[in-house]
Amino acid sequence: MSLKQISVFLENKKGQLAEVSALLGGNNINLHALSIADTQDFGILRLIAENPEAVAAVIKDAGYICTLTDVIAVSVPHTPGSLAHIVQILSEGGVDIEYTYAFAAADDDRAYMVFRVSDNMTAAALLGGEGLKTLSEKDLFVK
Amino acid sequence: MNYYQPEIECASQEQIRAWQDERLVAQVKHVYENVPYYRNLMQEKGLTPDDIKGREDLHKLPFLTKNDLREAYPYGLLAVPTSECVRIQSTSGTTGKRVVAFYTQEDVNLWEDCCARAITAVGGTKEDVCQVAYGYGLFTGGPGLNGGSHKVGCLTLPMSSGNTERQIQFMRDLHATILCCTPSYAAYIGETVKEMGLTPEDLDLKAGIFGAEPWTEEMRRDIEKSLGLKAYDIYGLTETSGPGVSFECTEQKGMHINEDHFIAEIIDPETGEVLPDGEKGELVFTSITKKAFPLLRYRTRDICVLDRTPCACGRTHVRMSKPMGRSDDMLIIRGVNVFPSQIETVLLEKGYSPNYQILVDRVKNTDTLDINVELNPDQFSDTVKEISAREAALANDIKTVLGINPKIHLVAPKTITRSEGKAVRVIDKRKLHD
Ligand SMILES: [Zn+2]
Repeated sequence: MSLKQISVFLENKKGQLAEVSALLGGNNINLHALSIADTQDFGILRLIAENPEAVAAVIKDAGYICTLTDVIAVSVPHTPGSLAHIVQILSEGGVDIEYTYAFAAADDDRAYMVFRVSDNMTAAALLGGEGLKTLSEKDLFVK
Repeated sequence: MNYYQPEIECASQEQIRAWQDERLVAQVKHVYENVPYYRNLMQEKGLTPDDIKGREDLHKLPFLTKNDLREAYPYGLLAVPTSECVRIQSTSGTTGKRVVAFYTQEDVNLWEDCCARAITAVGGTKEDVCQVAYGYGLFTGGPGLNGGSHKVGCLTLPMSSGNTERQIQFMRDLHATILCCTPSYAAYIGETVKEMGLTPEDLDLKAGIFGAEPWTEEMRRDIEKSLGLKAYDIYGLTETSGPGVSFECTEQKGMHINEDHFIAEIIDPETGEVLPDGEKGELVFTSITKKAFPLLRYRTRDICVLDRTPCACGRTHVRMSKPMGRSDDMLIIRGVNVFPSQIETVLLEKGYSPNYQILVDRVKNTDTLDINVELNPDQFSDTVKEISAREAALANDIKTVLGINPKIHLVAPKTITRSEGKAVRVIDKRKLHD
């Protein structure tokens, strides 16, 4: 099961992130996760939000470059070494991890990890085989 | 293989050199005796015609620039009485005063020979129907190709430019096989053909001779596709006669310069020093056969490269590249000549937007070259790795062309500053420090 992440191209200029944040706030968009990868030149803003297609449309209309990217999200147990365990499962199964970031859901005390991997289907199957469920939009947003 | 004047176009290098030596000596004498403006320039350098014994002495002569033409306007560079002249042609004169060039009957004759060589080189014969859709009048395009077409014996359609649907109707009804016009007008005719619900199969065109403005290889491919012909370049300036100073053959690998009429040099635009063949620099022409308006060492401001390697078409005259830019736009970065148009060409070829900005600066006594390029939405990736790889690949492509390594910055669309609708292409901060 995969999720749609909203990926936005940002120039590494002061105020760009604030601009996008204001845009999202102004459109009443509630973010579940936000992560930024940046270099000296540019940044890539990665967002998880409800109804990603609509969010992406709002961002594009404001003139930004924006795409939807399939990622997987896993609920991580509060036990030492659990993240290392997930990474090991994926790498032993031949799945490459491009990047990963964590977020906490607002209404429970669980931690979630988002993974952008080379092969979502294989990754979900590998993790499922170890009893780790990858989340769908429904799992995250409909409570 | 067809030639209009095979004994000239395929002459040996020695023969060409001999013509050039002899004609140059006579031309310098003619100019010195009849053009006080140029005589003064020579005298300032302590030169008399006796100092010019052949091509090897050409570099001693003073340059002429567009500025000289303005100063000498209209008769100051005329070398024969107006009673000997039969024609003038003129530039559009968008910057400053227009250029007026004079022709004797023989000057017109030789110019038309040059255009006839160009038409023959793309396969034109007396069996062809040649549609001339360059403007007629003061502009050299129409009259030049019209005269060349007559000399080849083509059935000539003197359409001039404009009234595109009528152009296409004539093209179809009279089965035109050769089209002569500016490349932008050729592209427009191509679009109109499509809008009229026609395809290239409805036309009989086989070749097009397109010049008088800069165009890219991409435009060439588009025009060839939309009109179903092979598109050839032709070069010329009003100052040197008009189109036909050089022309492409069917090899499409540079334009053969008519060296029996013009001596071409490549100079360093900064120092004026003559550069060896194969080096990029400003093109300078010396007219060695024109009698009415014979310009010696005229600086074209066009930047190109000369190629003396043999051409498969059999012509022996040197080939010039398509002009890569104007010397006025040239930047010198780390001692290397850089033209914005070179960067633009790479961007278009690699699928980037032509909106870019060049930033030149000097950090710790070393010039830096940064290029901001607008990223297209379909080139975006959610991984830093891929975007960085794009920047590196583009930097490498540009380095291959320029010889120096730029730093590429991909930026969001529509973020490059535009002033009055036109993008500011170059910001040279070095000037602020000096
Ligand atoms: Zn050739």
